Amino acid sequence: MAADLTGRSNTVAEATTKAPVRLLVNGQPYELLVPVHRTLLETLREDLQLTGTKHGCEVGECGMCTVLLDGEPVLSCLTLTVEVEGRTVTTVEGLERGGELHPLQKAFAQMGATQCGYCTPAMLLTAKSLLDRSPSPSEDEIREALSGVLCRCTGYIKIIAAVEMAARQMGAPDSVA
Amino acid sequence: MLRLPRFQYVRPSSLREAVSALADCGPQAMPVAGGTDVYPKMKRRQFLPRYLVSLQGVPELKGIRGDERAGLVIGAGCTLTEVASHPVVRRFYPGLAKAIESISTPVLRNMGTIGGNLCLDTRCNYYDQTLPWRAALGWCMKAPDPGGWPMAPEAAPAENQVPCRVAPGSPRCWAVASSDGAPALMALGAQARLVGPRGERVVPVGELYRDDGMFFLEKSQAELVAEVLLPPADGTRSTYWKLRRRGAFDFPVLGVAVALSLDTDGRVAWARLAVTGVASRPLLMDEAARLLVGQKPSPELVEAVAQAVYLPVRPLDNTDFAHYYRKRMAGVYVRRALQELLGPAAAA
Amino acid sequence: MASARRSLNVVGKPLPRVDAWGKATGRTRYADDLSLPRMLYGRLLLSTQPHALIKRIDVSRALELEGVVAVITGRDVPVRYGIMPVGQDETALAVDKVRYAGEPVAAVAALDEDTAEEALSLIEVEYEPLRPIMSIEEALRLPEPRIHDYVPAGNIHRLASLEFGDVAQGFAEADYVREDLFFFQGNTHLPMEQHSALAYWDPAEGKLTLWSSTQTPHYVQRALAKALELPENRVRVIATPVGGGFGGKSDPFHHEICAAKLSMLTGRPVKITLTREEVFYAHRGRHPELMWVRTGVKRDGRITAMEFQAFLDGGAYSSYGPATTYYAGTFQTITYRIPHYRFQAVRVFTNKPPCGPKRGHGTPQPRYALEVHLDKLAHDLGLDPVELRLRNLTGPNEVTVNWLHITSNGLRQCIERIVEASGWREKRGRLPYGRGIGFAVSAYMCGAGLPIYYNDMPHSEVQVKVDRSGNVTAYSMAIDIGQGSDTVIATVVAEVLGLYPEDIRLVTADTDLTPIDLGSYSSRVTMMVGNAAYEAAMKARQLIFRAAARELGVPVRRLEARDRTVFDRRDPSRALPFAEAARLAEARFGLISTIGSYRPPQRLGTYKGSGVGPSPAYSYSACAVEVQCDPETGEVKVEKVWLAHDIGRPINPILVEGQIEGSVYMALGEVLMEEQAFRKGQHRAPSMLDYKSPTIKEMPPVVSILVETDEPRGPFGAKEVGQGPLLCVIPAVANAVYDALGVRIDETPITPEKVLKALDEKAKGGPGRVGPERKPDFAFREPTRVERPPGWPHYRPHEEG
Ligand SMILES: Cc1cc2nc3c(=O)[nH]c(=O)nc-3n(C[C@H](O)[C@H](O)[C@H](O)COP(=O)(O)OP(=O)(O)OC[C@H]3O[C@@H](n4cnc5c(N)ncnc54)[C@H](O)[C@@H]3O)c2cc1C
Ligand code: SF4
Ligand code: FES
Ligand code: FES
Repeated sequence: MAADLTGRSNTVAEATTKAPVRLLVNGQPYELLVPVHRTLLETLREDLQLTGTKHGCEVGECGMCTVLLDGEPVLSCLTLTVEVEGRTVTTVEGLERGGELHPLQKAFAQMGATQCGYCTPAMLLTAKSLLDRSPSPSEDEIREALSGVLCRCTGYIKIIAAVEMAARQMGAPDSVA
Repeated sequence: MLRLPRFQYVRPSSLREAVSALADCGPQAMPVAGGTDVYPKMKRRQFLPRYLVSLQGVPELKGIRGDERAGLVIGAGCTLTEVASHPVVRRFYPGLAKAIESISTPVLRNMGTIGGNLCLDTRCNYYDQTLPWRAALGWCMKAPDPGGWPMAPEAAPAENQVPCRVAPGSPRCWAVASSDGAPALMALGAQARLVGPRGERVVPVGELYRDDGMFFLEKSQAELVAEVLLPPADGTRSTYWKLRRRGAFDFPVLGVAVALSLDTDGRVAWARLAVTGVASRPLLMDEAARLLVGQKPSPELVEAVAQAVYLPVRPLDNTDFAHYYRKRMAGVYVRRALQELLGPAAAA
Repeated sequence: MASARRSLNVVGKPLPRVDAWGKATGRTRYADDLSLPRMLYGRLLLSTQPHALIKRIDVSRALELEGVVAVITGRDVPVRYGIMPVGQDETALAVDKVRYAGEPVAAVAALDEDTAEEALSLIEVEYEPLRPIMSIEEALRLPEPRIHDYVPAGNIHRLASLEFGDVAQGFAEADYVREDLFFFQGNTHLPMEQHSALAYWDPAEGKLTLWSSTQTPHYVQRALAKALELPENRVRVIATPVGGGFGGKSDPFHHEICAAKLSMLTGRPVKITLTREEVFYAHRGRHPELMWVRTGVKRDGRITAMEFQAFLDGGAYSSYGPATTYYAGTFQTITYRIPHYRFQAVRVFTNKPPCGPKRGHGTPQPRYALEVHLDKLAHDLGLDPVELRLRNLTGPNEVTVNWLHITSNGLRQCIERIVEASGWREKRGRLPYGRGIGFAVSAYMCGAGLPIYYNDMPHSEVQVKVDRSGNVTAYSMAIDIGQGSDTVIATVVAEVLGLYPEDIRLVTADTDLTPIDLGSYSSRVTMMVGNAAYEAAMKARQLIFRAAARELGVPVRRLEARDRTVFDRRDPSRALPFAEAARLAEARFGLISTIGSYRPPQRLGTYKGSGVGPSPAYSYSACAVEVQCDPETGEVKVEKVWLAHDIGRPINPILVEGQIEGSVYMALGEVLMEEQAFRKGQHRAPSMLDYKSPTIKEMPPVVSILVETDEPRGPFGAKEVGQGPLLCVIPAVANAVYDALGVRIDETPITPEKVLKALDEKAKGGPGRVGPERKPDFAFREPTRVERPPGWPHYRPHEEG
């Protein structure tokens, strides 16, 4: 952007309402032309039909829309798609590797950590980023890491247990996490 | 789904460009960093900027430099996670780490920035509501029509027709300062470096604020917070106590930050105490802090300081928890914060 | 009936839920995940007034907006509907009058949601405000303005007034009498998934299809047909997996009917997903309830008589309210023998979103009042509160004073297990100041004995089809709302046929394809669908066994099915793979398609009001809660919860524990922080941030103890667990706070402010109580006297055939 050489009209002229974006979602590259007011949540669910990412408030108060951006959890409802340019997004659909479920997915299923299942995608992704960073977290660490995702069904107990179980399995020497 | 209103997007790639973009676009422009305050408010139509100037591509706002001896320089664009997990912050400025870690949730802290936190809008439960809700209320002074913010002081209608809903006769808005970072930084004696169209200036963090729920920042619309400067830590003890309903998500409805250091003979050498959540700006409690200086910790001293904070604060009934409860807790939290920093000698 | 003595193969095993894989991979498609070609987005315009006449609505500017396809108002959908036949008082959009702020008054369909939302701002509505009625007290005091004019008087919606035995005599026998007043604040379900419905009208077929996040597809089908004036068989409702219900998606809703109407008008699919704010207005949550209870006891704590009065704040519409009114007084008697019992309740209309069934439907409030009241009584008498309860417990095979038939009853075992696990005897009254332990019990039904609308057809039907590939499909209208109904059906069918739950294909919750189930409410699914599934599977097994018996040359009665094999029990080497047996059966009998139907047993009571409360069986729970209170801040932290539940027999222990833990969670939210509160006619804070749902940080450890009583009427002995365990947790917390601090908070939620207020008062020499001060002046009508079962409590009903 050429700054104040031509003054006001210049910046105003450069302000955009639509922009091209390249992003990598679950390993798949996309090139899109999106309105700047479109959030990543809307792009994922409505443009890319990746409906595994949920929503419960759209204003940062529930955590349902959590996805990983370059491996870190963010709220897709408060992320502009244009700002994801060149970055890597992981959604729940991207947790499987080569047809094999992620150990967290197996643990959630086996331990009963999913009831209505609506918070499960966000819980899984948040837990994944925790385990990537800290392979054998304490219960307090798990509680802290998952504290941005509400769940109305489980009382969180089986979710914590599932994360602990996945951590154990991923830490086991014979595992191929 | 709540969706964003339309706007025009500007993405400058340097601080200078960002400032001139803001100046160019005029009062209809708003900077956005992490967007964790801006986007929810836009979705609720509390903010309706015509232009959004994104700070995400501004390299000068990134990074944390320095150490505990020289002091730390924190780029305003650092995420809250970056700040709270920085080893020097954790070890030497624990009050700041504690305050930042108490902000909402880990996932939100991955997005929100320290600069955005300092400029966080004031809050009120007649105002932080959706468009239909506020329409049903009949609006309020701070957002007097569906057109929403931002409104520069000069753009505000001289005769404001819509009353404040908390204090209907009041000529001003009483929305509440709600940043956790601000009081922690104030207690630590931090300064902010501001960069604007007319150059830059460095001011103590506390001087960023005005006691007005609508126009709560002492800075021009095109001025940006570029950096936060923390003084050398030497021997500083600091902490932060936050009142909220739940252990995550919730804003402070009372926040008490204390920083102090002790002489070799165990007397308080200096102390600063800042309180948020009880007025439209975070308050530096100078008088209360003065009581500490030169004194040895004792339960009586702590009680006197707690009283000196408790008595003057006047929260209103526009946040979670009853206002009288928040006032009462101000005393309790000050006492507990001091007891934490001063150890057994201060405990009753 | 279905209780099997043989060892079980999959029932009772901690197997993963059958829907876990879809949910753990993000493949489960909830209503808002669906979209159809040419789909339009719908949005609702909400009333800005709590109570007003609509003078004028002008939609012309909205219609002119580019991208807007249709706009409707109340006049376009004027037919009244409602979940209960006696409560047909709703319309899809307000007609002429609005009754709460947030009530939908118009609906828009547009090409995208941005446009739909913009169109809302172009609709002009002119209101003539009426005085809003915002509390129970106001509704009782002010007959005018009337919120509805179809009820006989003022703003009184429903009344109940019953007396069993002779209360005056009961009190005359008492050595000691105590009375208390309690208030239970309203709260809401807050499912994580916002309600959503997608409608498609096929003009060629003249048929409407609605996909909706609903707990009751059958009732939605009926309401849609009525409201849209379509024959019922032209309406197909498909319930999508529900992302949290808790009772909040059990009514037919505005957005469902509006989406359908808009689709009929535009010929295009229309989807309406509620915003979070609208979910608070859709509500149907816990009634705010003021309760008065008076009990007479003998010196040893045996109850001689009880009077219970309840004042329910119903909000603006009926919803399930007529039933809720009775639930305020019905279940006190299934935990305790109350020789003489009088119960009176009144439900009023107020200008707030309608209240309805939330987990425990109308019974958590009275249970809270009763259990705290008994705790106080025990203290007055110098008795251990556990002991007081043990002296009054009901037992198995007993009929209560209000004619409810208890079959299995594990309450005593639940109490014993809790006392032991929690260290109750060592802790009670002995923990340091600020720390406390509280105790309470509860009970709940396993399905309402009567349907919502009167009919004598089955409540649940299941069809099982076995095809020549060995594939087994179960068809049922039950909808999994997270409680695990899919897993229950699959497990029951698999157990009977010797298969695994994952072998069972499920076709559920589709009014075109599946036989009736009334819905996922009143904890009825395991009992009713489970029994229907059992019957259908048994019939299929019979055919398969007959075919296999001939092939293997052994009598049918020696056959067993297990591990996907049908074999001779005496000589297991004589065996056929299940699929082979299925082929033989199809060759011999034709299509193997069998059915099961479930009808609850006849109720015993015949008095007016006896329709609410009867159930095939009752589940029981007992709980202890340990708290740490901060006397300086008033904060209450729950350290640990022990909960024992009489489950009959668990179909799947993981599901049962999950329901217990979820119930504890929801109860803690209700007792400590959640409030659906109003201010100046408006919901105080309809958002996720301000409605305080506990986070993972607040959740204490829970020790779940399963007590098995092998319920004779349950499938494989099972009873409910979805709701019952919630009830006892709330009073147990209140009682724990008393044990910790010596103050009584007789009003939910127990907030730090209230605790401090009570402590302050106590410090000044007062009683240390926060709660309602006086009972409204309201003259209940004389109670209908109902004879007690002859010989009570020893009355035995005739065993059903
Ligand atoms: C559910 C929820 C809970 C929250 N809880 C808390 C809490 O407990 N405590 C708390 O303190 N905050 C809380 N927040 C508020 C907010 O998320 C944080 O304060 C965050 O740090 C804001 O930073 P941001 O970068 O996202 O700000 P943005 O939203 O990008 O901006 C906020 C404001 O600052 C301005 N701004 C941003 N950067 C600059 C800059 N460099 N110079 C000048 N102006 C700037 C913007 O124009 C805007 O007015 C919460 C938010 C949500 C949604
Ligand atoms: S304090 Fe008054 S003017 Fe300010 S936001 Fe609240 S109601 Fe509006
Ligand atoms: S949808 Fe609730 S935080 Fe994003
Ligand atoms: S499983 Fe339903 S919200 Fe978590």
